[in-house]
Amino acid sequence: MHRKKHPDTPDIVVSEETQIKPYTMNFGPQHPASHGVLRLVLEMSGEIVERADPHIGLLHRGTEKLIEHKTYTQAIPYFDRLDYVSPMNQEHAFALAVEKLLGISVPRRAQFIRVMFCEIGRILNHILSITTYALDVGAITPALWGFEEREKGMGLYEKVSGARMHANYFRPGGVARDLPKGLLDDVLEWCDGLPEFLGDIETLLTDNRIFKQRTVDIGIVSPEEAQDWGFSGPMLRASGLAWDLRKSQPYDVYEEMDFDIPIGKTGDCYARYLVRMAEMYESIKIIRQCVEKMPEGLVRVNDYKITPPPRAEMKSSMEAMIHHFKLFSEGYHVPAGETYTAVEAPKGEFGVYLVSDGTNKPYRCHIRAPGFAHLQALDFMSKGHQLADMVAIIGSLDIVFGEIDR
Amino acid sequence: MPDESLLDLAEYISEKLEKHVVSHEFIHSELIVHTIPESIIPVLQFLRDARECEFTTLCDICGVDYFGKPIRFEIVYSLLSLRQNNRIRVKISVNEGQIIPSVTDLFSSALWYEREIWDMFGVLFSGNPDLRRILTDYGFDGYPLRKDFPLMGHVELRYDEEQKRVVYEPVELMQDYRDFDFLSPWEGMTTVQTDRNGESETEGEDERHAPQETS
Repeated sequence: MHRKKHPDTPDIVVSEETQIKPYTMNFGPQHPASHGVLRLVLEMSGEIVERADPHIGLLHRGTEKLIEHKTYTQAIPYFDRLDYVSPMNQEHAFALAVEKLLGISVPRRAQFIRVMFCEIGRILNHILSITTYALDVGAITPALWGFEEREKGMGLYEKVSGARMHANYFRPGGVARDLPKGLLDDVLEWCDGLPEFLGDIETLLTDNRIFKQRTVDIGIVSPEEAQDWGFSGPMLRASGLAWDLRKSQPYDVYEEMDFDIPIGKTGDCYARYLVRMAEMYESIKIIRQCVEKMPEGLVRVNDYKITPPPRAEMKSSMEAMIHHFKLFSEGYHVPAGETYTAVEAPKGEFGVYLVSDGTNKPYRCHIRAPGFAHLQALDFMSKGHQLADMVAIIGSLDIVFGEIDR
Repeated sequence: MPDESLLDLAEYISEKLEKHVVSHEFIHSELIVHTIPESIIPVLQFLRDARECEFTTLCDICGVDYFGKPIRFEIVYSLLSLRQNNRIRVKISVNEGQIIPSVTDLFSSALWYEREIWDMFGVLFSGNPDLRRILTDYGFDGYPLRKDFPLMGHVELRYDEEQKRVVYEPVELMQDYRDFDFLSPWEGMTTVQTDRNGESETEGEDERHAPQETS
């Protein structure tokens, strides 16, 4: 922050011998502005950050190792727990990767359901990201308002999967169960209320003098730097690069959706805020189209080697019973092969590098988390900025430690 | 079938990098180029700078431990071209103790990815300016993602009331870790009938198999 000296402050007389040495400062791991468990070791020259060294891994749970020891079905819940702000988007990446290896195509209704919930997830993520960001730089109202709206959105998650956050809803081959009756109306109702809420947030922040002072021209990233550091998602788009996997490498039914990709101009923290804000309006558009076009039909592939048979059938059919038992003990086998499948998660490109050896468990499942690449760029983004700007930059990265530490 | 442009690209790369590229292949329409550790820098530099490639973003570097194979580790570099909308994977195989050149001079994002591979697999990168462990605990011993590293690890920690600090102790489970291996030699779960997906289903069968509430 660039504060002017208060007129009442007495002038401190600095003798010529007094020199301020660069000193090391510890930030976190338990700090409200560190968005989780980030420990930063900062080398400061007075109030200016010279070097930032993020220490991560405090939330490392060995997800990749655990997945190697679980069947494909059992691996899905781990993806909810990576970026726990947008669980379904990550299940989507894993589901797509497994489908690719299995060589199956998903029924259209399931694809629409998945796209719809991915966009709901995107809105939930951006609401959290923007409102807590505002909290970091000094505005508490957006957070109070935002969490109410977010709770309504998580209600939709709960209706469809039974859980507010860790949904475990997507499956390789479709989704776990069909939409409950009336859910589409609830989704539409939620969408109707959103623009007004987003408008309120915008009136609070977009032209807010304090918010702009804290974010404009802070942490500028050029398009070249953004590519060099492996940026993706809103971070990349804020730097002026028109890149969105939903458009450039569409998956499921994104190809049929009509939506725009908001691009930032300046690549600073403020541009990243604007991009996320604009993206939510686009997500509402996609959700509306999904509801409108939602076809009837199956919600997962009709192959009992991959998805469980209906419960009613299991009561009368021996074959269905055996399939059910085999699916939930041994699980299905995935043909040997490998794939890198990425989706446009709210935070950026979330990729799954899946290696299968033909058995019922993944041989290797590497997770490419967008936040990992963004956080390692913190050092160059914060160089020469003040300590308070550090908080603004971290907030604008939209980091969640579940996915960074894995 | 892989994309036409990707086929051309594969030809082009194999031709231009004849000295470095061992082979290339397509798995699920994704282009994979195999090279040797010594060649990784020229290969990635060419892929980044050549006008026909423009792979300006290094998405990811990932290690895989093929335990039991003559060359144990595989390091996979995933590159993305925003301009051409292409993806490519470059693979090298390295043995335990072999040092591979770091690509941090080409891509800044490689810094942490290489740290992660060092941390998880114990593969060393020469030229990485900051090759510390990244995800594991301070003072951690071992390489967790190696296949011979046990799932439950070696140490556990707790707060010791007497010493007033956190102490490390060997893992002691109240009950042995139960690794249920349901993998059966039967081929029951292997034959995925790809023609039986939702689209190709006939009306009558649709009704019979229509998934209802399963839980």
